[in-house]
Amino acid sequence: MRSFAYQRAADPSAAIQALAAASASNNPLTEAEIQPLAGGTTLLDLMKLDVMRPRAIVDINPLSPTWATVSLENGNLRLGAMARMADVAANPEIQQNYPVVADSLKLAASAQLRNMATLGGNVLQRTRCTYFRDVSYEACNKRNPGSGCAAMDGFNRSHAVLGTSDKCIATYPGDFAQALIALDASVDITGKSGTRTIPFAQLHKAPGDTPQLETTLEPGELISGFTIPGRWPRSAYLKVRDRQSYEFALASAAIALDVQDGTVRDARIALGGVATLPWRARDAEAELKGQKFDDALAERVAEIAFEGASARSHNEFKIELGKRVVARALHQAMTMEI
Amino acid sequence: MTTAAPAPKANMGQPIPRYDAVAKVTGTAQYAADMPLRDPAYAYLVTSAIAKGRVDNFDLSEAQKVRGVVDIVTHENAEHLEPAKFFSNGGYASTTNQPLRSPDIAEEGQIIAVVLADTYEAAREAAHRVKVSYTAATPTASFHSPGTVAARAKGQLAMFKDDPKVGDFDKAFEEAEVQISAEYETPPQHHNPMELFATSVAWNGDSLTIYEPSQFVHGLKNGVATQLGIDPDRVHVVNPYVGGAFGSKGSMTPRTAIMASISRRLRRPVKLVATRDQGFNVSTYRAETRHRVELGAMSDGKLTALRHEGWEISSRADAYCVGGTKTTTRLYDCPNVDSLVWIVRADRNTPGFMRSPPEVPYLFALESAMDELAYQLKMDPIELRRVNDTNREPIGGKPYTSRSLMACFDEGAKAFGWAERNREPRSMADGEWLIGYGCATTCYPTQMAPAAARVRLRRDGRVRVEIAGHEIGNGAYTVIAQAAATRLEVPVERVTVVIGDSDLPPAPVAGGSNSTASTCSTVMMVCDQVRQRLLKAMMPNQGQTVGQTPSGGASRSDQRLDLDREAAFDALGVSVIEEYGEWKPDGAPADSFRAMHNGQVRMVGGPEFGGKIAYAFGADFVEVRVNRFTHEIRVPRVLGAFAAGHIMNPRTARSQLMGGLIWGVASALHEATELDERYARYVNDNLADYLVPVNADIPDVEVILLSEEDTQINPAGVKGLGELGNVGTNAAVCNAIFHATGQRIRRLPVRLEKIEV
Repeated sequence: MRSFAYQRAADPSAAIQALAAASASNNPLTEAEIQPLAGGTTLLDLMKLDVMRPRAIVDINPLSPTWATVSLENGNLRLGAMARMADVAANPEIQQNYPVVADSLKLAASAQLRNMATLGGNVLQRTRCTYFRDVSYEACNKRNPGSGCAAMDGFNRSHAVLGTSDKCIATYPGDFAQALIALDASVDITGKSGTRTIPFAQLHKAPGDTPQLETTLEPGELISGFTIPGRWPRSAYLKVRDRQSYEFALASAAIALDVQDGTVRDARIALGGVATLPWRARDAEAELKGQKFDDALAERVAEIAFEGASARSHNEFKIELGKRVVARALHQAMTMEI
Repeated sequence: MTTAAPAPKANMGQPIPRYDAVAKVTGTAQYAADMPLRDPAYAYLVTSAIAKGRVDNFDLSEAQKVRGVVDIVTHENAEHLEPAKFFSNGGYASTTNQPLRSPDIAEEGQIIAVVLADTYEAAREAAHRVKVSYTAATPTASFHSPGTVAARAKGQLAMFKDDPKVGDFDKAFEEAEVQISAEYETPPQHHNPMELFATSVAWNGDSLTIYEPSQFVHGLKNGVATQLGIDPDRVHVVNPYVGGAFGSKGSMTPRTAIMASISRRLRRPVKLVATRDQGFNVSTYRAETRHRVELGAMSDGKLTALRHEGWEISSRADAYCVGGTKTTTRLYDCPNVDSLVWIVRADRNTPGFMRSPPEVPYLFALESAMDELAYQLKMDPIELRRVNDTNREPIGGKPYTSRSLMACFDEGAKAFGWAERNREPRSMADGEWLIGYGCATTCYPTQMAPAAARVRLRRDGRVRVEIAGHEIGNGAYTVIAQAAATRLEVPVERVTVVIGDSDLPPAPVAGGSNSTASTCSTVMMVCDQVRQRLLKAMMPNQGQTVGQTPSGGASRSDQRLDLDREAAFDALGVSVIEEYGEWKPDGAPADSFRAMHNGQVRMVGGPEFGGKIAYAFGADFVEVRVNRFTHEIRVPRVLGAFAAGHIMNPRTARSQLMGGLIWGVASALHEATELDERYARYVNDNLADYLVPVNADIPDVEVILLSEEDTQINPAGVKGLGELGNVGTNAAVCNAIFHATGQRIRRLPVRLEKIEV
């Protein structure tokens, strides 16, 4: 960890102003010299590891009163970016109308981390790739562009099989993002040139040739909240991992279904733990829509979800596991009582 | 009585609360890094990013600019310390790869520089700004890498005596009606105690004080003195509490003498807390092992042939191995036994003791193979153990001092509901979960070593016991207080116990589960010296016939004295009686006490206990559930039944065994240090990626303590149980997985991708 200046922003405009200097340089967001601090569960961790080296930090926690509200109005769910994971997971309205949201939050991290971490920070959580997190490995295209990828032929059991490139196979680690992308959420973004709203699906970028560019956020911009259209009471999040709590997914599936008389009218499928970014399986959804559900269909859908997946030496199992998780999650969503 | 404090059965002490419970839960207990130092320099290590090669150059310019940096020590300016001899060759050191002597690098994570600064933060920042250029050679990572060198363990280290064998294995195996031949593997594992590897040092003139978590303060004192070339009596190790150790704090690591030397040069106290990831290399670990087990039996289950061959990884610098064949060749009655252990050298740090060092990997192999044999015989695995149970080990024909293995199986089976098990694999299920029950034998050698103690009794009944034992979470304070209270007939609240300090009378390393047996036997003996003086004062005409502790047993058959203590003190005309004594177990070598004062341990027990063999036994039972869709593995229930001689305190005993069972489950399903084989580097060197179970993984653990009396082992009648709980559990888990799925897993850890149902 390196010395840094600490500044506390009283309100959104002060925060934007304080962060504005960050937009002056050409650095990608993750390398910006000025970083916002919310829960700090990723930023401080990576600073201690010397992976992130901001010169200054802008504490945006005073924004909580205005940016932490959660409301369900006109059939849409609005989530403030400063809401804490634990609070949203425990919200009974969300548990009832959006179980996939509540479960994706509840199954993440530990109780202590969920108490600290904000929704806005959570979707920006950076990969757990051990080579990325250990600066003694020079080769990391994400941390050190153009240096290579130590994970590609290293120990890569936890790495991605979807959305990979020959520059990076680091897994996107979050759970909540799978619920957001599945439910067609949008993201409100505030910066010095005003506010804008984009589909959540456009927030993250696949690594391609530039794995250091993880999102479409510009330096100096902040996420202020998320909107999820419609209600999704028949939705579920299945997370499979090496231990039962406090662990990242080996494979997970966020499922939302609209079912009438056994026929799937609408279906949403997103995959976690297997892709380099929040991953929507649209072709798989298309296979489901308009069909009578049965387990054979679920297996077909799961196959489609992993078409094009490619593995490295230690993560081949994720393809088969991922399919089983999709099929099982579909089964659970179909059979849940709502 | 509660679950945490089981009611004592015959030959058990009271489950009194821990002596140090309040200090620990209120945070007043001071661990090494808590000890106040006056104006320390904070040390931060820079460690090697390569496993083999050399440092070409340090660029310190950026680091030196950090405000508050005091000094940066590298091989170019470090004091050259005296070489440290490996503990297994009569020395004190965990490794002979002494860093900061040359630019050469022999292992990943080797200390290559130490940054000293006025604050921890400045030291850390400067360490991150040190730029190192290396010339790297291709290292050898493990068994399957090119460049390994394998040689028989025998003759390479003093700890490994021999490859036990008896009869004619080859002939018997060929003639056996049923044969099992299988290979097993266990992964590297790191202790990861909660308390990090901290070292604080302060000089006062030519005297050195060291605050460091240690399982052996007298060893550390003598080892550091040797490396610094000073009188051991000038070194004082203070260590009242250890926040977990599990073997990682048993022998001297290079960091301690380095910190002392830097402190001497700076004329300033130095404080180091190595980070979690540095801890993977700063101390030792359990190396990966491979095994081939061959069992031959007749159709009634009687073993006729047993062979166990083991391979273990060690460093280039040191030959270390755990060599568990000394146990696996003696566990069951079998007339034809063969064994062989190999050490395979790679470019790694030197491995070392880790909780139940030989038995955890070696019984995984044997107890898995026994289960395989039971299935081939269509026999209940408990009955297979019964058929081969024995009171005499087969190698030398020595009798066990006591052995309650089958009693443990029987009581455990009853409590677990083993009878409800359908023997067929894949025969039990609950919805999407396949259910399996598995069991395994656990055992651990009963070991003792010489120790000394000082006991002071005041006229008002207050007692002070001084012994350089170690509180590593084992309950040392508590059981020592109980031993003294019992012998001196005072309430336990009146006993003050002082341990964890090298100025106290020496006690052995808190390892090999010898602590309670050694320290309590010693304290009882010295308490009896105090009694003796009181008795003489009270009954001057009756000589010295009462209250002596006979060596080797029957120690508690004491005559009730109804001491009139105050009258005795008055008769003696003193207010304090203080006694010092040195105790050694039966069979300890002649140089025992001299060695003890030099910080060297002369341990006896297990298979090396004169004409006898001494072990504690138990039986582990595990229920697993395997999801037929996702292959997730759950362990809803673990039960262990154990017999370990006199139980000093059922509360602390249960706690030790419960922790062991949890660790046992973890050693099957969770714990593994992953290697990047290209670089011989540990990849998951942190507690997020190195998996230990969380509460959700361990819903229900039951510990049953059996009553057992053994009068042949030591005056306390105690068999150590600190390492009994986590032996065999890994095999019980895999045996249960086989029962659930029909799939035998012979390579740990079991990850869900290994399940193929």
